[in-house]
Amino acid sequence: MTETLLEIDRLSVDYETARGDLKALRDISFDVRKGEIVGIVGESGCGKSTLISSILRLTAPNTRFRQGEVRFKGQDLLQATERQMRDLRGADISIVFQDPMQTHNPVLTIGQQMLDIQHRSKDSKADKLARAAKMLGAVGIPDPEARLAQFPHEFSGGMRQRIAIAMALMSEPDLLIADEPTTALDATLEVQIIERLQELQQEFDCAILFISHHLGVIAELCDRVVVMYAGAVIESGDVREIFHDPKHPYTRRLIDCDPGHIKERARVLPTIPGEVPDLANLPGGCIFRDRCEQAMARCATDVPPLTQLKQGHHAACWLNHEEANT
Amino acid sequence: MEKSRSELGQIVVGVSRDPLGLMGLIIVGTIVFCAIFAALIVPYDPVGMNIKDRLQGPSFSHLLGTDQLGRDTFSRVIMGGQVALKVALPAVFGAMAIGLTLGMIAGYGPKWLDNLLMLFFDTIRSFPTVMFALAVVALVGPSLQTVVVVVMATSIPTYGRVARTQTLTLRNSEFILAERSMGASMKRILGVHMLPNIIGVLAVLAAMDIPTVIALEAGLSFLGLGVKPPTPSWGALLKDGYSLIRQTPWLVVGGGLPIILATLGFTFLGESLRDVVDPKLRKQR
Repeated sequence: MTETLLEIDRLSVDYETARGDLKALRDISFDVRKGEIVGIVGESGCGKSTLISSILRLTAPNTRFRQGEVRFKGQDLLQATERQMRDLRGADISIVFQDPMQTHNPVLTIGQQMLDIQHRSKDSKADKLARAAKMLGAVGIPDPEARLAQFPHEFSGGMRQRIAIAMALMSEPDLLIADEPTTALDATLEVQIIERLQELQQEFDCAILFISHHLGVIAELCDRVVVMYAGAVIESGDVREIFHDPKHPYTRRLIDCDPGHIKERARVLPTIPGEVPDLANLPGGCIFRDRCEQAMARCATDVPPLTQLKQGHHAACWLNHEEANT
Repeated sequence: MEKSRSELGQIVVGVSRDPLGLMGLIIVGTIVFCAIFAALIVPYDPVGMNIKDRLQGPSFSHLLGTDQLGRDTFSRVIMGGQVALKVALPAVFGAMAIGLTLGMIAGYGPKWLDNLLMLFFDTIRSFPTVMFALAVVALVGPSLQTVVVVVMATSIPTYGRVARTQTLTLRNSEFILAERSMGASMKRILGVHMLPNIIGVLAVLAAMDIPTVIALEAGLSFLGLGVKPPTPSWGALLKDGYSLIRQTPWLVVGGGLPIILATLGFTFLGESLRDVVDPKLRKQR
């Protein structure tokens, strides 16, 4: 059993709004072990971004942490001071954002920006630049020394994302958070970036928390996967387990809807009917009940707990409980 | 340092490629050159009177004629340029520096501070500049410093507001979030990442603001509220010429033409600068 790096323990996060509290995350628990790639899947608005900003504590002012802990190497980040958080960000935990066209300062050259993120290091400017060039080379930017003098707008989207990855890995973090890093790119680039991430993960031995709604990418890249729905974890486990034997109807539907999974030519792509429940006014019982074809009487009254079904496979659905079958 | 010099060189080259920008550069360059070396250029003492040669037209000895006290108008125009820049540059750069600082604080700081600073800006803006200048001059008396302070105080809100808006936009941009997630402190975000994004806009604003300030100084001097009489100023020249326009029109030309040229020159330069300093546009040029 390898060491646990990041441990999210019963985390609940609300947004205070004029309509009342928006329950963005409810009772989230999962962990990321050292050197492991964990994927988080879920449709838009399921709380993925809230989760990331909670880990880094870069949340909007109206965010309220209601309960739970985010432990990184044993330290509860929700209790850490702003100073401690700042030392952690970009050093032990790095992040790659979704849109590479927006993540670089438009008026500074790539070299200046890569110098800037090494502000903690006491090395000479030349050493820092050499390291920046080496990192750019590692992510596959040709002629990195000359490229350092260029501005972000002189790079293509795929190159910019690779530069963002280079910047994130610069400090050799223990945990890299990748927030849908391939969503804004086209399919060929997506493959390139994923392969590059895999290689770099081997090389730097960092854990990756990979957020995506692309199941194919998750299956390709991750060791374990966490499926989120409307701010809660509904299933988690080994990637193979989840994809071959999903235990929650939502996961099953999600896999059926994945374009890569559809074998026959279809006129209309399959979707999951219905809508995500209003987070400010949550219904009782199971959150997926309204969209679930197998919903039972019990689903309307009791919230299904996330229970362990096998070693390393958890799901939150009454269908997996004995009494459901009687 | 090497780097920024080549950057400056790039900007100069960019501006001179644009015909209007080149014209602005030449006019502004001439004005600045004349102002710096005014003492060497002037053929006569700009405040030295020579009653015998009063109110003469242009001649080889007096290029733009003389005024009612026999002072050489050309010398006074050159010296007036120095006075105009002495007012405009400190006022504009002072206002820019203060406005930038306050604007960034308003944009990045807490809401209450933002509200307080905006109230401050709006209060200053609600005074008509000339009325404000009249009041200040009535209190402390006319002088070069008074004009500088009045102009600076009244233009701080303009820079402050622009800096604040830019800061607010940048604050929520993804790359600033990216910097924060890489552990950048507030000082680093403001100084390294936001400042270069804001300064270009403000520099352009400043270049466009200089002619306004020159015109304002001339206006105040015209009203007798600017620099004190013996000191030559374009506005004072205009005022002297205005009362004597029937006898000799040269005084009005001497005072008016430099104001027009300075306004045109700085405006052309400012507009050209705006296109050049934007790195997103730079590539297409």
